[in-house]
Amino acid sequence: MGTTTKKRRKAVVSQAECVACGCCVKVCPLAAIQVVKGIAAQVDREKCVGCGRCARECPATVITLEEAAV
Amino acid sequence: MKQKKWYDFMWIVSLTYLILGFFNILFAWLGLLCFFIPLLISIIGGSKAYCNRYCGRGQLFGVLGGRFGLSRKKDVPKWMKSKAFRYGFLIFFFIMFFQMLWNTYLVFAGAQDLRQVVTLLWTFKLPWQWAYHGTLFHAGAAQFAFGFYSVMLTSTVLGMITMVLFKPRSWCVYCPMGTMTQLICRARNGKL
Repeated sequence: MGTTTKKRRKAVVSQAECVACGCCVKVCPLAAIQVVKGIAAQVDREKCVGCGRCARECPATVITLEEAAV
Repeated sequence: MKQKKWYDFMWIVSLTYLILGFFNILFAWLGLLCFFIPLLISIIGGSKAYCNRYCGRGQLFGVLGGRFGLSRKKDVPKWMKSKAFRYGFLIFFFIMFFQMLWNTYLVFAGAQDLRQVVTLLWTFKLPWQWAYHGTLFHAGAAQFAFGFYSVMLTSTVLGMITMVLFKPRSWCVYCPMGTMTQLICRARNGKL
Protein backbone atom coordinates (compact mmCIF):
# COMPACT_ATOMS: atom_id res chain seq x y z
CA MET A 1 0.00 0.00 0.00
CA GLY A 2 1.41 3.36 -1.01
CA THR A 3 1.45 6.27 1.35
CA THR A 4 -0.41 9.36 0.34
CA THR A 5 0.75 12.79 1.37
CA LYS A 6 -1.97 15.37 1.57
CA LYS A 7 -1.16 18.67 -0.04
CA ARG A 8 -2.63 21.84 1.32
CA ARG A 9 -2.29 25.39 0.12
CA LYS A 10 -0.76 27.84 2.55
CA ALA A 11 -0.20 31.56 2.31
CA VAL A 12 3.43 32.62 1.97
CA VAL A 13 4.56 36.23 2.46
CA SER A 14 7.58 37.55 0.59
CA GLN A 15 9.47 38.89 3.62
CA ALA A 16 11.70 41.17 1.57
CA GLU A 17 8.83 42.93 -0.20
CA CYS A 18 6.20 43.12 2.56
CA VAL A 19 5.44 46.70 3.62
CA ALA A 20 3.89 45.61 6.95
CA CYS A 21 0.69 47.58 6.38
CA GLY A 22 -1.45 44.92 8.05
CA CYS A 23 -4.24 44.74 5.45
CA CYS A 24 -3.89 40.94 5.45
CA VAL A 25 -4.34 40.76 9.23
CA LYS A 26 -7.71 42.46 8.99
CA VAL A 27 -9.19 39.99 6.50
CA CYS A 28 -7.85 36.69 7.84
CA PRO A 29 -10.84 34.75 9.21
CA LEU A 30 -8.60 32.58 11.42
CA ALA A 31 -6.18 35.19 12.75
CA ALA A 32 -3.41 33.15 11.15
CA ILE A 33 -1.37 36.12 9.95
CA GLN A 34 0.33 38.78 12.05
CA VAL A 35 2.69 41.68 11.44
CA VAL A 36 5.74 40.82 13.53
CA LYS A 37 7.72 43.70 15.08
CA GLY A 38 6.56 46.11 12.39
CA ILE A 39 8.84 44.51 9.82
CA ALA A 40 6.77 42.02 7.84
CA ALA A 41 3.70 39.81 8.04
CA GLN A 42 4.16 36.19 9.00
CA VAL A 43 1.79 33.28 8.53
CA ASP A 44 1.05 30.70 11.20
CA ARG A 45 1.16 27.60 9.00
CA GLU A 46 -0.72 25.56 11.58
CA LYS A 47 -3.71 27.86 11.43
CA CYS A 48 -3.66 28.85 7.73
CA VAL A 49 -6.21 27.03 5.58
CA GLY A 50 -5.11 28.68 2.34
CA CYS A 51 -8.34 30.58 1.67
CA GLY A 52 -6.40 33.29 -0.15
CA ARG A 53 -8.16 36.33 1.29
CA CYS A 54 -4.88 37.87 2.44
CA ALA A 55 -3.34 37.34 -0.99
CA ARG A 56 -6.25 39.10 -2.66
CA GLU A 57 -6.24 41.95 -0.15
CA CYS A 58 -2.47 42.60 -0.07
CA PRO A 59 -1.96 46.01 -1.75
CA ALA A 60 1.57 45.08 -2.78
CA THR A 61 0.53 41.57 -3.92
CA VAL A 62 3.40 39.91 -2.12
CA ILE A 63 1.41 36.99 -0.67
CA THR A 64 1.17 33.80 -2.70
CA LEU A 65 -0.52 30.48 -2.04
CA GLU A 66 1.87 27.61 -2.20
CA GLU A 67 1.26 23.91 -1.91
CA ALA A 68 2.77 22.35 1.14
CA ALA A 69 2.84 18.75 2.24
CA VAL A 70 0.96 18.25 5.50
CA MET B 1 -17.49 38.60 10.30
CA LYS B 2 -15.16 40.12 12.81
CA GLN B 3 -16.54 42.50 15.44
CA LYS B 4 -15.69 46.08 14.48
CA LYS B 5 -13.61 48.04 16.97
CA TRP B 6 -13.63 51.78 17.57
CA TYR B 7 -10.45 52.18 15.57
CA ASP B 8 -12.10 50.71 12.49
CA PHE B 9 -13.89 54.03 12.09
CA MET B 10 -10.83 56.26 11.92
CA TRP B 11 -11.62 56.90 8.25
CA ILE B 12 -14.37 59.23 9.48
CA VAL B 13 -11.74 61.26 11.34
CA SER B 14 -9.58 61.42 8.22
CA LEU B 15 -12.49 62.57 6.07
CA THR B 16 -13.54 65.14 8.68
CA TYR B 17 -10.00 66.52 8.71
CA LEU B 18 -10.06 67.15 4.96
CA ILE B 19 -13.49 68.78 5.19
CA LEU B 20 -12.52 71.01 8.12
CA GLY B 21 -9.53 72.32 6.18
CA PHE B 22 -11.96 73.44 3.52
CA PHE B 23 -13.64 75.78 6.01
CA ASN B 24 -10.79 76.86 8.24
CA ILE B 25 -7.24 76.15 7.21
CA LEU B 26 -5.95 76.31 10.78
CA PHE B 27 -7.47 72.86 11.40
CA ALA B 28 -4.62 71.59 9.22
CA TRP B 29 -2.41 71.72 12.31
CA LEU B 30 -4.28 68.67 13.63
CA GLY B 31 -2.64 66.68 10.83
CA LEU B 32 0.58 66.70 12.84
CA LEU B 33 -1.03 63.90 14.85
CA CYS B 34 -0.77 61.69 11.74
CA PHE B 35 2.98 62.34 11.81
CA PHE B 36 3.81 62.11 15.47
CA ILE B 37 1.58 59.20 16.55
CA PRO B 38 2.99 56.67 14.04
CA LEU B 39 6.53 57.86 14.76
CA LEU B 40 6.08 57.54 18.51
CA ILE B 41 4.42 54.12 18.18
CA SER B 42 7.33 52.85 16.08
CA ILE B 43 10.07 54.48 18.16
CA ILE B 44 8.66 53.60 21.59
CA GLY B 45 6.51 50.57 20.84
CA GLY B 46 8.58 49.15 17.98
CA SER B 47 5.54 48.28 15.91
CA LYS B 48 3.49 49.45 12.96
CA ALA B 49 0.27 49.44 14.99
CA TYR B 50 -0.59 52.81 13.46
CA CYS B 51 -0.64 51.41 9.90
CA ASN B 52 -2.13 48.14 11.06
CA ARG B 53 -4.98 49.59 13.08
CA TYR B 54 -5.41 53.31 13.35
CA CYS B 55 -4.50 54.90 10.02
CA GLY B 56 -7.66 56.68 8.89
CA ARG B 57 -6.26 57.51 5.49
CA GLY B 58 -5.63 53.84 4.64
CA GLN B 59 -9.09 52.98 5.92
CA LEU B 60 -10.62 55.73 3.78
CA PHE B 61 -9.04 54.21 0.68
CA GLY B 62 -10.20 50.79 1.87
CA VAL B 63 -13.79 52.00 2.24
CA LEU B 64 -13.91 53.92 -1.06
CA GLY B 65 -12.05 51.30 -3.07
CA GLY B 66 -13.60 48.30 -1.34
CA ARG B 67 -17.14 48.95 -0.16
CA PHE B 68 -17.82 51.66 -2.74
CA GLY B 69 -16.07 49.71 -5.49
CA LEU B 70 -14.03 52.64 -6.77
CA SER B 71 -10.99 50.47 -7.46
CA ARG B 72 -10.00 48.27 -10.40
CA LYS B 73 -8.34 45.94 -7.86
CA LYS B 74 -5.39 45.27 -10.13
CA ASP B 75 -1.85 44.55 -8.95
CA VAL B 76 0.45 47.52 -8.47
CA PRO B 77 3.33 47.60 -10.99
CA LYS B 78 6.54 45.95 -9.84
CA TRP B 79 8.53 49.20 -9.70
CA MET B 80 6.05 50.71 -7.26
CA LYS B 81 6.87 48.15 -4.58
CA SER B 82 10.61 48.25 -5.21
CA LYS B 83 12.85 49.54 -2.44
CA ALA B 84 14.29 52.13 -4.82
CA PHE B 85 10.91 53.73 -5.45
CA ARG B 86 9.70 53.49 -1.85
CA TYR B 87 12.85 55.03 -0.39
CA GLY B 88 13.13 57.47 -3.29
CA PHE B 89 9.59 58.69 -2.67
CA LEU B 90 10.33 59.01 1.04
CA ILE B 91 13.34 61.21 0.29
CA PHE B 92 11.38 63.28 -2.23
CA PHE B 93 8.58 63.72 0.31
CA PHE B 94 11.11 64.81 2.92
CA ILE B 95 12.65 67.42 0.60
CA MET B 96 9.23 68.84 -0.24
CA PHE B 97 8.32 68.84 3.43
CA PHE B 98 11.42 70.82 4.37
CA GLN B 99 10.78 73.22 1.53
CA MET B 100 7.34 73.80 3.04
CA LEU B 101 8.93 74.39 6.44
CA TRP B 102 11.36 76.85 4.85
CA ASN B 103 8.47 78.82 3.34
CA THR B 104 6.85 78.88 6.76
CA TYR B 105 10.08 80.17 8.26
CA LEU B 106 10.28 82.95 5.67
CA VAL B 107 6.81 84.16 6.65
CA PHE B 108 7.71 83.99 10.35
CA ALA B 109 10.88 85.95 9.62
CA GLY B 110 8.93 88.58 7.71
CA ALA B 111 10.81 87.91 4.48
CA GLN B 112 7.76 86.68 2.66
CA ASP B 113 4.03 87.45 2.74
CA LEU B 114 1.41 84.86 3.62
CA ARG B 115 0.29 83.00 0.51
CA GLN B 116 -3.28 81.78 0.85
CA VAL B 117 -2.97 78.91 -1.57
CA VAL B 118 -2.98 75.13 -1.32
CA THR B 119 -0.37 73.57 -3.58
CA LEU B 120 -1.59 70.32 -5.07
CA LEU B 121 0.95 67.71 -6.23
CA TRP B 122 3.74 70.22 -5.43
CA THR B 123 2.81 72.16 -8.57
CA PHE B 124 -0.75 73.40 -8.89
CA LYS B 125 -1.68 76.42 -6.79
CA LEU B 126 -5.30 76.26 -5.75
CA PRO B 127 -6.97 79.41 -4.40
CA TRP B 128 -8.00 78.66 -0.83
CA GLN B 129 -8.51 82.14 0.67
CA TRP B 130 -12.07 81.36 1.82
CA ALA B 131 -10.65 79.06 4.48
CA TYR B 132 -8.59 81.79 6.09
CA HIS B 133 -10.28 84.09 8.60
CA GLY B 134 -7.22 85.55 10.26
CA THR B 135 -5.28 84.11 13.16
CA LEU B 136 -4.60 85.06 16.76
CA PHE B 137 -1.05 83.93 16.17
CA HIS B 138 1.61 84.97 13.69
CA ALA B 139 0.83 84.77 9.95
CA GLY B 140 3.51 82.08 9.82
CA ALA B 141 1.19 79.78 11.76
CA ALA B 142 -1.32 80.14 8.92
CA GLN B 143 1.42 79.59 6.33
CA PHE B 144 2.31 76.32 8.00
CA ALA B 145 -1.38 75.34 7.95
CA PHE B 146 -1.64 76.02 4.20
CA GLY B 147 1.56 74.09 3.60
CA PHE B 148 0.61 71.16 5.77
CA TYR B 149 -2.86 70.93 4.25
CA SER B 150 -1.16 70.87 0.84
CA VAL B 151 0.87 67.85 1.95
CA MET B 152 -2.21 66.07 3.24
CA LEU B 153 -4.37 66.86 0.21
CA THR B 154 -1.59 65.88 -2.19
CA SER B 155 -1.10 62.50 -0.53
CA THR B 156 -4.86 61.94 -0.52
CA VAL B 157 -5.15 62.73 -4.23
CA LEU B 158 -2.13 60.52 -5.08
CA GLY B 159 -3.59 57.76 -2.94
CA MET B 160 -6.97 58.11 -4.67
CA ILE B 161 -5.36 57.83 -8.11
CA THR B 162 -3.53 54.63 -7.19
CA MET B 163 -6.67 53.39 -5.37
CA VAL B 164 -8.66 53.67 -8.63
CA LEU B 165 -5.89 52.23 -10.83
CA PHE B 166 -4.71 49.43 -8.57
CA LYS B 167 -5.84 47.98 -5.24
CA PRO B 168 -7.75 50.12 -2.71
CA ARG B 169 -4.85 50.58 -0.31
CA SER B 170 -2.08 50.84 -2.92
CA TRP B 171 -1.03 54.07 -1.18
CA CYS B 172 0.19 51.93 1.75
CA VAL B 173 2.83 50.41 -0.53
CA TYR B 174 4.66 53.71 -1.02
CA CYS B 175 3.31 55.81 1.87
CA PRO B 176 6.33 57.75 3.22
CA MET B 177 5.14 57.41 6.82
CA GLY B 178 4.73 53.67 6.37
CA THR B 179 8.18 53.33 4.81
CA MET B 180 9.71 55.44 7.58
CA THR B 181 8.04 53.55 10.45
CA GLN B 182 9.03 50.22 8.89
CA LEU B 183 12.62 51.48 8.66
CA ILE B 184 12.51 52.49 12.34
CA CYS B 185 11.13 49.07 13.30
CA ARG B 186 13.84 47.36 11.26
CA ALA B 187 16.54 49.49 12.90
CA ARG B 188 15.16 48.77 16.35
CA ASN B 189 15.36 45.06 15.70
CA GLY B 190 18.74 45.21 14.04
CA LYS B 191 17.42 44.18 10.64
CA LEU B 192 18.53 47.02 8.43
